Order: sequence, then structure tokens, then C-alpha cells
Amino acid sequence: MAAPILEVDALSMRFGGLKAVDEVSFTAHAGDITAVIGPNGAGKTTVFNCITGFYRPTSGRLRLHRDGRATELQKLQGHDIARAGIARTFQNIRLFPGMTALENLLVAQHRPLMRASGFAIGAILGLSGYPAAERAAIARATRWLEATGLIERADDPAGALPYGQQRRLEIARAMCTSPLLLCLDEPAAGLNPRESVDLARLLRAIRDGEAAEGEPPCSLLLIEHDMGVVMGISDRVVVLDHGKKIADGTPAEVRADPRVIAAYLGEGDEDEVPAEAAP
Amino acid sequence: MKGLDPQAALKDMLLAGLVALGLFAPLVGLRTDVSPTGALFIRTRWTDVAIIVGLVMAGRLAMHIFLARREARAAMADLSKPGRFATQAAFLARILGPVLLGVALLLPAIPGIGRYELDLGILVLTYIMLGWGLNIVVGLAGLLDLGYVAFYAVGAYSYALLAQYFGFSFWLCLPLAGILAAFWGILLGFPVLRLRGDYLAIVTLAFGEIIRIVLLNWVSLTGGSNGISGIPRPSFFGLPFSMEGGPGTFAGFFGIEPSPVHRVIFLYYLILALAMLTNWVSIRIRKQPLGRAWEAMREDEIACRSLGINIRNTKLSAFMIGAMFGGFAGAFFATRQGFISPESFTFIESAIILAIVVLGGLGSQIGVAIAAIVMIGGFELFRDLEEWRMLVFGAAMVLIMVWRPRGLVGSRQPTVVLRERRRIGSEHVAEGRG
Repeated sequence: MAAPILEVDALSMRFGGLKAVDEVSFTAHAGDITAVIGPNGAGKTTVFNCITGFYRPTSGRLRLHRDGRATELQKLQGHDIARAGIARTFQNIRLFPGMTALENLLVAQHRPLMRASGFAIGAILGLSGYPAAERAAIARATRWLEATGLIERADDPAGALPYGQQRRLEIARAMCTSPLLLCLDEPAAGLNPRESVDLARLLRAIRDGEAAEGEPPCSLLLIEHDMGVVMGISDRVVVLDHGKKIADGTPAEVRADPRVIAAYLGEGDEDEVPAEAAP
Repeated sequence: MKGLDPQAALKDMLLAGLVALGLFAPLVGLRTDVSPTGALFIRTRWTDVAIIVGLVMAGRLAMHIFLARREARAAMADLSKPGRFATQAAFLARILGPVLLGVALLLPAIPGIGRYELDLGILVLTYIMLGWGLNIVVGLAGLLDLGYVAFYAVGAYSYALLAQYFGFSFWLCLPLAGILAAFWGILLGFPVLRLRGDYLAIVTLAFGEIIRIVLLNWVSLTGGSNGISGIPRPSFFGLPFSMEGGPGTFAGFFGIEPSPVHRVIFLYYLILALAMLTNWVSIRIRKQPLGRAWEAMREDEIACRSLGINIRNTKLSAFMIGAMFGGFAGAFFATRQGFISPESFTFIESAIILAIVVLGGLGSQIGVAIAAIVMIGGFELFRDLEEWRMLVFGAAMVLIMVWRPRGLVGSRQPTVVLRERRRIGSEHVAEGRG
């Protein structure tokens, strides 16, 4: 089995009296597409927001492994989590609508560009090697625009793109931050069947490092509602229900799990669930 | 395409006239007066009523024509492209910038330009510079700052106090004033990091007032409402401007007739240089990661955070750099006036600077310059209208905002281009809620 990239260890998140996530543990492995699924209100988005630093978990640990070293994500601030190697997209797309597609991808490369510009001071005075760094950043953005089929729209404002293209641009933007783990929040929501198939192909290519030239493989973590998409592309599926993990395994294993079926098709009596089905 | 329906417009005009008649006949038409014998009698003024009703009807008709034309234009415009006006404005902006700069450079040499015109030019350029400085904060970073005049005050008082207590020269004080204002910009930035929109506006407004009230009440340091007078005038790189014309003065050194206009011309070029510096830095920063991060922050702060951009540092840098240029302008103001008091730094100044930025179009350099010329120059131009000045001025502003709700230049120029440069229509660009 591949090395773990993200370990979620006894993660709990409490909002007042409500325990949205209760002692959830799972591991995402390097080179895998890991999906987190569950019915509405199962706590998927809460887990996701904890991992990406938008919530601070009540308890539990989140460890991101990079080159044999582990980073404790729950101790970091929002923007530092992105710097540690986690990129995300949003359920209701959050692009920079008034900026062009290309500009969106350059904002994602803020950190390396900022360093190259000598924190703005050097570049204003024309001292640093900033132009070369910017050319490299534009080349990288161009590769991602080609990978997502948006090269023709590079100079159009992101807000003017159709919905499906905005989704792809958001993925390209997340990938431009050079992440270890790409987290996608319902990437297939609102897409038509053909766009969903294209998306699945893109996600697999990102996992294998074949999406764009010179890009290393990247692990993925996704939340998805649509079982069809999840079962088709995931290497591993984690199922949540009422804030607890109820299943964890390959898509085939999860699909056969009676607890998962109960959670999705309606709540059976707890006693009916065979004990050995629990993970 | 819906055009003007003459019948409906005529009917509406008559109706408006009728309402106006009903209102103004008793209000204006009838007036009680005292006759020479001491008895009350009713004087009728039907001609006045007729004029007012006529004006109302004409205005109503004009409004109809205007609305119909706008509707027709909106129907023609393709939503995905900036409107016809935006493309025209873009073309105008391209040639207008160099033309305006050329006129500004040659202004003192143009025949017929006297001391009054140069003084007006200095005033307009000061506001252009302040507008450009505030444009960084409001236009690029999307942070609504209602207390910008505070940094102007900090710059002015920095120079005045440093010159008074330590005898520092203008050229030494200019960078110091900028640094001190930038420092106050950071101080303001910290408490307002988490505030957005209206709340941010209120706190910055309060900040502006706090600075002014401290200046007013700290009498032992600032002289309170008496202000500081006798602020040293700038020298031409060490050569003072003097009417005596000795060998150590500007006129003596260059062997020309001493004239009070020399100093005015020098001040004019000084503020022109400072304003152009502001412009140059703004334009360059915008094409860099820092400027792009400001604009991205205006568009969507949460997305910025998810991309690893440190929102705190980015906001503080915008406040800092915007405040720095306010400080430079303040030091210039102090040396030009020779006298400053808290009177010069009231809220109305902040409001005027913000109005220049909003009227010009958030984020547009040329738009801000035109708005400053129109607002400050226009204010002077309407001087003959006396008490009607404010009314004309207010009406002009309302009209501009009705006609161009996103400012004179509302479209955005992309900072980097792959193939073809296209302007971005204002309907896509966020106004910033931070």
C-alpha cells in the first residue's frame, strides 16, 4: 500500500451543542483519489473545512505527510494550510470574476512570484529577476489552461465563462498552487453527463501526473453527492453518516456494505446492521 | 428595441405639468403682502407659476428622452462585451493620458497662464495625487476608507513639527512624512483587518476624526486650532527662493530676475513629480503579484486564503502604501501653504477624495485624474455662480453617477495578456466588500 499523504485522526467538530463530526479517522494515500460521501448533513463539508483550514477542529489531529515529514494542519492558519500543500475548490465556485482566466492562475502562483519580485520592492525598482519568474508562471498557467481546455478563453474575464468552464478553471487554479493534495468540494455539481465524464478524465490525469506537462502526480480528496461519479473514479471511499464514519474501503466494498445502503436508502433499525460490517 | 413613445411621453408630461400647477399655484402664485396702507392683500404671480410649470414639463420630457435612449442602447449592447461607450472610453483613455501629461508638463510655459492658474493647477494635482493614493486602498484592494485625510494630516504635521522642532529641511522631511504616514496606515490597518464594508467605513471615518481631534486638542505640541505657521518653504535643492536675488538664491544662481512666480512654478513641478511617482508606483505594483493579490482580495477574500495568500499582510500593505502617498501629499501641502491647522483636515476632505476615486472609476488611473480635474477645477469654474455653486456641483455629480454608475472609466484593464488584450466590462468586476 502506498504511503499515507493525509491522516485524519479522531477528528471532532462541535458547533455549540451539535456534534457535526464525531471522532472520524481515515487515511488518504498518496496517488489515490479518496472520496468522502454521505447523505445530506452527514458532516462531509465540515470535515472538508477542517482539513482546508476554514474551521478549527474541536479535537483530533490532521497530519499531512510531505517527504517523510508530517505537518500538523490543525495548528496552522488558513493561508498556511494552502502553503503546506493543500489546495481546494469550492462548492459554489469562487473565482476572481473580474480578472481574466490567466490572471486567476497567476494569483494562484502568488508565493513563488512574490519571492521572485523581492516582495514588490525589488520589482518596482526593476532590480530582481522578476520578468523571468513571470514568464515561467505564465508558461505554467498556459499548460494548465491547455489541460483544462480553456486556452481559447485565457484573456476573458472568469465571470464571463460558462459554468462548466468555471469549474475547470477553479481546478486549474488550485493546481497552480503546486499542491500535494487537491481537495474538491462537489466538483460534479451542476455538470451535464458529458462534462462529468470529462471531469472524471481530468481528475484521473491529475492523479497520475499526466494532466499537464511537467506536473507531478497529485493525490485527490473529494466530496461528492453523486454516487455514480464517486464509484467511477475513486480508489477509496469513506462514508459518513450523522458525523460518524460508517464505512471505509474500495468502491466495491462500500457499495456492498449494508450500513451504507441503510444510510442512503433510509434509516433501518440499528440492530439489523450486522456487527462485522463495521470497519 | 424600445424607443420613445411620443404619445405616452406627452401624456406623462402634461400630467407632470398638472401636478406642478396644482402644487405651485397656491405655493408660488398666491402671496399675501402688506399694502402701503397697512392692509393685507393677495398678490398674484402667475408668470412665475407658468415658468416653473414649463420647467417641470420640459424636465419630464427630457427625462423620458434620456431613459428611452438608454434603454435602446442597453438593448443593443452585448452583455459579454464592454459597452460601446467603454470601448470609446478605452480609446480616449489611451490618447488622453499622454495628452494630459503633455499639457501638465508645459502648463507654466503656456501664454496666459498666470499665478492664479498655476495655483489652481497645484491644487488639482494635489487632489489627483491623493486620489491615486486612495485608489490603491479603495480601487485596487477594495477597502472602503473614509478617513484618508488622516494620513494627509499626518504627513503635513510630520513636516511642520519636524521642521519646527528639529529644523529639518523639506527634502529630508518628505520621506520621513511618508514613512510616518505609512506607519499610521499600518496602525489603522490592524484593528480593521476583520471588518468589511460598512463597518470598515465607519471605523476609518472615526480614525480620521480621531487624528483631527488629537491635533486640535494637543495644544502644547501642535498649537491646537491656531495651527502651525512659519513652516519653511522648500528650496531648489538648497537654493532658496528669495526676492533679494543674492548669489546664494535661486534667481541669483541662475542669473535671472527674482520673481515670486519662480517658487510657484517650482511647487507646480514638485507636485507634478510627486503625483507622477504615485501613478508610476501604482501602475507597476498592479502588474505584480502584490497588486494582483490586492485585486484578487477585492474580488474574493476567501478564495485568496485558499490559495495561500496572507490576507493580513496584503491588507496592511495596501493601507501602508496608500497612506504613504497621502503622507507625501501632506508634506507638500504644508510646505506650499506655510501654515496648517486641523481645519484643513476635516471629513469633507476625505469625502472629496473618495468622491474623486468613485467618480473616476475604482481602479482607473486616468479616470481618477479626470475626475479630480472636473471636481476641483469645476468647483473653481463655477465660482461665479456664488451660492448656486454647490447646487450645480451636486447636480453634476448625481448626473454622472446616473449616467456612469461605475465611474467614468468603469472597465478594467487586464494586468497580463496571453494573446489579445480585452478590457473587462464593469459588470464582472467586484466593487469590494472588505
